[in-house]
Amino acid sequence: MNTLDYVILFGSMLAIAAYAVWNTRGRRDLSGYLKGSGQATWLTIGLSVMATQASAITFLSTPGQGYESGLGFVQNYFGAPIALIVISVVFLPIYRRLKVYTAYEYLGHRFDSKTRLLGAGLFLLQRGLGAGITIYAPAIVLSTVMGWRLDATIVCSGLLVVAYTVAGGCDAVSLTQKYQIGVIFAGMVAAFFVLLVRLPPGLTFSDALTIAGGFHKMEAVDFSLNMDRRYTVWTGVLGGMFLALSYFGTDQSQVQRYLSGASIRESRLGLMFNAVFKIPMQFFMLLLGVLIFVFYQFERPPVYFNRTVWKAQAEQATDGGLKALDGEFTAAHAAERAQVEAWVAARHAGNRQAEAQARDGASLAHERIEEVRAKTRAALDLASPGTKANDADYVFITFILDHLPHGLIGLLVTAFFAAALSSKAGELNALGSTTTVDVYRHLVRREASDGHYVVASKVFTAFWGLVAIGFALFANLAENLIQAVNILGSIFYGVVLGLFLVAFFLKRVGGTAVFWSALAAQALVFALYATQSISYLWYNVIGCVACMVFSVILQGILGLGGRPTPAAP
Amino acid sequence: KWGGVYGLVIAIFAAWVSLLTLLSLLFR
Repeated sequence: MNTLDYVILFGSMLAIAAYAVWNTRGRRDLSGYLKGSGQATWLTIGLSVMATQASAITFLSTPGQGYESGLGFVQNYFGAPIALIVISVVFLPIYRRLKVYTAYEYLGHRFDSKTRLLGAGLFLLQRGLGAGITIYAPAIVLSTVMGWRLDATIVCSGLLVVAYTVAGGCDAVSLTQKYQIGVIFAGMVAAFFVLLVRLPPGLTFSDALTIAGGFHKMEAVDFSLNMDRRYTVWTGVLGGMFLALSYFGTDQSQVQRYLSGASIRESRLGLMFNAVFKIPMQFFMLLLGVLIFVFYQFERPPVYFNRTVWKAQAEQATDGGLKALDGEFTAAHAAERAQVEAWVAARHAGNRQAEAQARDGASLAHERIEEVRAKTRAALDLASPGTKANDADYVFITFILDHLPHGLIGLLVTAFFAAALSSKAGELNALGSTTTVDVYRHLVRREASDGHYVVASKVFTAFWGLVAIGFALFANLAENLIQAVNILGSIFYGVVLGLFLVAFFLKRVGGTAVFWSALAAQALVFALYATQSISYLWYNVIGCVACMVFSVILQGILGLGGRPTPAAP
Repeated sequence: KWGGVYGLVIAIFAAWVSLLTLLSLLFR
């Protein structure tokens, strides 16, 4: 990064935040602070929903995932369009009709106070614990490759997002998200075009995709019914639909975005915007990674993309093992490159036999490359146990720093920070409003002025922001903590969705039955997690279905002695 | 009508799955 890059980074981040704070100054009413001024158009909502979901890790890691395992990950998003239609038809009209601030408030309307607190509590536990990761994950990658101090990176980006989220509330969040996502899209499109220009002359786009296909990077869909496969169309459609239903339908950080719409029409169109653009966006990010893979067939990549870790270990090691492996990697890459060039030449000459021969040769050479990479990873693990960082996270940023011109480097690093801040702001805004509406106003102080609750919201938002910064600073000491929080996040979702689906569709079930059924279903999910190894997407399906089935059974038993709570009108 | 919007969204989704299937078959 040079001076121009830093000017772009600090200039755009501060300007966007300052503009949002200035534009939303003087908000005194609770509805305006928590739900915005109620004038959001479908485009603002659509971009806001997208920006809240897409964190920095989406943009840093997804190309790395494309580089390593190809396009298959796109299938995980196949359930999203269907889920967003269900939310648009079922969830949204009910939330708007009851004029709720939070999704959990609806559970209070439909069931009772304890079920509302269970929903809000699970959200606060899950998002509150995970609050630091949104900041920590990009900070660790960017500080490592830039040589910045990790703690300073976390504190600066954390305080900036807390400042404008606390000052401007919901409107400031959606206003900043609109400009931040503009920066993100500009950065990604610029990186894509530079990458296309940097491919060797004479190599057509079709050649590039053929090479990627030869290394099994183009397997975008897998219709097999094998449950052991990591990504298939069926896990994507069914598991992905349940995950998207619970995330977009019951996670306050998303619900708050589309409740700010000027009308139900604007909210619906905002959700449909995401239903249409979610899959192409993920496909584009994965394709970027696949093309980086093709680019590195002709340019020697680092043997280990996190070069900071590699250099530190190579200089410390006395046996020179890592440097010897680096030499082996250079030779293996040269052999692979020769085969790939022969393959492209044969393809252009129309010589099918030579093409097949060179393609097989390239595959063999690639196996050798993977072997050297695996040995390098093992040597690094041995030298510094506990550094289980995913090297794929460093692929895209390495490409950017090595092959993009100054100015564009600044734009891309700004895009990563914009993505981190935009999703963090959505989360903090939701944590603050859920704490205010579902806990403070519901349990602690029921009758107070709007101004009082706005101040309370600001205090709670700042509190969660500081928790996030503290957690991110602490996370550096315990990588396993991050793993644990990520797992916790993915195994609560199913049961929360179960609560809402019972509320919408099982009108005979009351609060007591659903409350205890949710706890039993969560215990079942924990037990399965401890004893089985299935894709995390299936925990959501199991948790949700178990919650619904248990509710019906328990209501049947309770129904003999008492009446169920009436459904909301 | 909203039914038309949802139908359109499903059609676009189906088109994407078809395109991705075609890509997988063309470049395998």
